[in-house]
Amino acid sequence: MKNTALTTTHEALGAKMVPFAGYNMPVQYDGVNIEHETVRQAVGVFDVSHMGEFLIEGPNALALIQKVSSNDATKLTIGKAQYSYLPNDNGGVVDDLIIYKIKEETYLLVVNASNIEKDWNWITSKNDVGAIMRDLSEDYSLLAIQGPKAIEAMQPLTSHDLSAIKFYNFEVGDFAGIENVIISATGYTGSGGFEIYCKNSEAKQIWDKVVEAGAKPIGLAARDTLRLEMGYCLYGNDIDDTTSPLEAGLGWVTKFTKTFTNSEALQAEKTNGLTNKLVAFTLDERGIPRHGYDIVDADGQKIGVVTSGTMSPSLGIGIGLGYVPKDFAAVDGKIHIQIRKKAIPATVVKLPFYKG
Amino acid sequence: MNIPSELKYTKDHEWVKIEGDVATVGITDFAQSELGDIVYVEVETVDETLNIEDVFGTVEAVKTVSDLFLPLSGEIIEFNEGLEDEPEVVNSDPYEGGWMIKIKFSNPEELETLLSDADYKALIGA
Repeated sequence: MKNTALTTTHEALGAKMVPFAGYNMPVQYDGVNIEHETVRQAVGVFDVSHMGEFLIEGPNALALIQKVSSNDATKLTIGKAQYSYLPNDNGGVVDDLIIYKIKEETYLLVVNASNIEKDWNWITSKNDVGAIMRDLSEDYSLLAIQGPKAIEAMQPLTSHDLSAIKFYNFEVGDFAGIENVIISATGYTGSGGFEIYCKNSEAKQIWDKVVEAGAKPIGLAARDTLRLEMGYCLYGNDIDDTTSPLEAGLGWVTKFTKTFTNSEALQAEKTNGLTNKLVAFTLDERGIPRHGYDIVDADGQKIGVVTSGTMSPSLGIGIGLGYVPKDFAAVDGKIHIQIRKKAIPATVVKLPFYKG
Repeated sequence: MNIPSELKYTKDHEWVKIEGDVATVGITDFAQSELGDIVYVEVETVDETLNIEDVFGTVEAVKTVSDLFLPLSGEIIEFNEGLEDEPEVVNSDPYEGGWMIKIKFSNPEELETLLSDADYKALIGA
């Protein structure tokens, strides 16, 4: 099992550690509900250094990225980031990722920890254009500083005007006494804030200063409840090698104005109409939906599967995502979630669950 | 870790308090701490007569679901309905306010299968 640069720091804080994607990661410190609340109301910091980072460089870097990713990376200018995914050849998704344009001919791809090796091999296999690829995953740390008070609390740590960095933009500069870190206005919580990319040797100093400035440590359990309240997809739960990105609602980052891996088949799928849809639902009665539970109709017939579910800490009700036939996908539609022996009624809703 | 000496325990991390032919059952301090924030306790077996080790309910934390196993055969005569609205009491007060069910147990010989506080401490390495 791998450690991040901060594993001993988490252990010293009394975090409960769990294996996640091959890394020894903090799942919680004080409790998932209080940590969730901290990010919704104040500011928290997550060690998400298990995430993978690939640098793609050279005159053909963009050509390779355009080929393997679904979104249009020609729209990126220096200092901008873009959410995208890597389609596979069979209608599924290799991974979802964020692509940063660092400078001309230099892009940073941030991928899921569980997929680092798969993504590397996949992109390498498509690299017949001679782009230069470097895997920085083992060398870089990532701290997510998230919450409505993130800007105010972190401003003293940098000479950059944090309030001026727009969503999905980034700057490279000083932070917590370290030069040349990426300060990115991105995140996976829906509560605003930043993600800081730095070298492993710099992570401890940055973590300490961020905590000193008022951010509370937050574990992966709250990361999951926070992202689910926004309806953000989690690779391995809501999307995977077999799920259609279009059915998953990733059409907004699927740009048919260019050709890319499997784009013809995806275009045809879109034209022919989708069979299923990933929907968001809330339970009408007490209960908690979980990954893998059946979704059934009013007669108890199975119509789909829950891909993510939890008790929403902000709303105090059971919330989830799952695939259903499109006839059941309309907002306000009624479905049922099979929880043990009972089919609990649920309502299809619009995302996000949590509206701040 | 709080493990009261007057209670009996099971390997499934439940505590049992015997009063006459009635046993009160909950989960241990260790169990609630491992589960994390408890958000739902579901018991729909009141008035049913079940066997030792049968599932009598479910406790759900934010991240996990765990079955609750009956420590003694008998009739489930009461569920702590306060937990429906305040399941977090299982975290804050596992041995008093967080009790889950009362059983009218039918086979006193099964009491021998329960663990002492010392046995339970050894089980969890406390």
